[in-house]
Amino acid sequence: MRARWFPLVLAVALFLALVFLTVPIAAIFIEAGPAELLSSLGNEQALDALGLSLLTSAIALLVIVVIGTPTAYLLASRSFRGRSTIMTLVELPLVVPPAVAGIGLLAAFGPSGILGGVTENLGIRLVFETAGVVVALTFVASPFYLRQAQTAFESIDPSWVGAARTLGASEARAFVTVAIPAALPGLLAGGALAWGRALGEFGATIIFAGSLQGVTQTAPLAILELFGSDFDAALALSAVLVAVSAALLAAVKIVTPNRGGPARGTLA
Amino acid sequence: MALAGILAGCGGSGDQLTVSAAASLTGAFDAYGEATPGEERFSFASSGQLAAQIRQGAGPDVFASANVAYPEQLAAEGFAEPPVLFARNELVLAVAPDSEIDSIGDLAESGVELVVAAATAPVGEYTRELLSRLPADLREAVKANVRSEEPDVKGVVGKLSQGAADAGFVYSSDAAAAPQDLRVVELPARLQPSIAYAISVLADAEEPERAREFVTGLLEGPGREALLEAGLIPASEGA
Repeated sequence: MRARWFPLVLAVALFLALVFLTVPIAAIFIEAGPAELLSSLGNEQALDALGLSLLTSAIALLVIVVIGTPTAYLLASRSFRGRSTIMTLVELPLVVPPAVAGIGLLAAFGPSGILGGVTENLGIRLVFETAGVVVALTFVASPFYLRQAQTAFESIDPSWVGAARTLGASEARAFVTVAIPAALPGLLAGGALAWGRALGEFGATIIFAGSLQGVTQTAPLAILELFGSDFDAALALSAVLVAVSAALLAAVKIVTPNRGGPARGTLA
Repeated sequence: MALAGILAGCGGSGDQLTVSAAASLTGAFDAYGEATPGEERFSFASSGQLAAQIRQGAGPDVFASANVAYPEQLAAEGFAEPPVLFARNELVLAVAPDSEIDSIGDLAESGVELVVAAATAPVGEYTRELLSRLPADLREAVKANVRSEEPDVKGVVGKLSQGAADAGFVYSSDAAAAPQDLRVVELPARLQPSIAYAISVLADAEEPERAREFVTGLLEGPGREALLEAGLIPASEGA
């Protein structure tokens, strides 16, 4: 009988990965009982932070979708010189540490940054302002949407858009009536991922925008502060964030069509 | 060597002394660490967050706090031995070099951007204590100009160094150590809170002997020199 050790190795690896990835999340809910969760809803700082997180991440998502969708379509539908360089550049925030993103934003848009004079002349203040939080979230979350949206547009059968064009539709009309509906599941999935990343943003926000209750203190920043003063409230706010993020992930799973399970062909 | 250090850190075993210390002790303790024969692993953060970590079971050998209250609470809860006072510090107002702010009264002007530390960091608590001694109208005007509550004193210094804010309350030792030229506005003695640093050996320290040596060296050995060098006032200097 041949050794059956390899499937066992796979199973053990899966078990270790599953335990390691789920225990910390489960611990939040085990430690934060219903009583703590309820009492934290009375914690003004936690509520302010949650409200601010939802507001700023929603605005950031709107900006990302409005500018990111045509950008992704352009990158997906045309080949031109420098395309791969541009793709690398727009994906860079994905691998840049958030603290580095915050330093970069300060060096660019801070009062003594290279574009600080420009923004000041336009009357735009970002540091210490809610708008600065939106900028930080948009910066770190954009690539999540761009990548997913570009893939979604690339996987559309080009003959569909071509057919619309031969029927007399302008490219703009074909983009809106054919390309976007066809790519919609991918766009929604990208939006949910970007939203989740924005909700969790910490480093860029504290360095670029600061932390003030009701103005720039998002939920992750409040968790750090509550950790030092009120551990139960920090746990409860963490639990709320986990629930919101889990809901987003579930939404992604629902809108993303199941592509028929494991890719057997690639292993054979 | 580095790998050995990482492994020792993971196992919590062996020769390294782990020290959780207030962010404002970074310069002094790094220098003290060079002067000791053994190896220390420092974790610098807001004293309030370090105390919370200890309550959650993170076990350094030594905890050095920018106040007396946190180590005393930990001692009362059985996490630490009774603390020893080892240093004092002062609050100053640090301002950008080109700023026109010359006194605490100037902080009330509209448009001044002031950064402070969050209340969980002792420096934030001292700042609030100082502000509470101001006349009510001045105090409210100053508070209205607070644009950010940073997690620890390094965040305040960072915002000032970047020119993102006009002024911030920091320890005099931090203002001296700031990489950029920050101008220091001394504050009237009647407003100064009493700032005392206390250190505790943790109840379940893995290296209690070395931990006590570390504390002793801080009171009368090379640690005392390092504190002076970094702009703190060793406790033996008298208050």
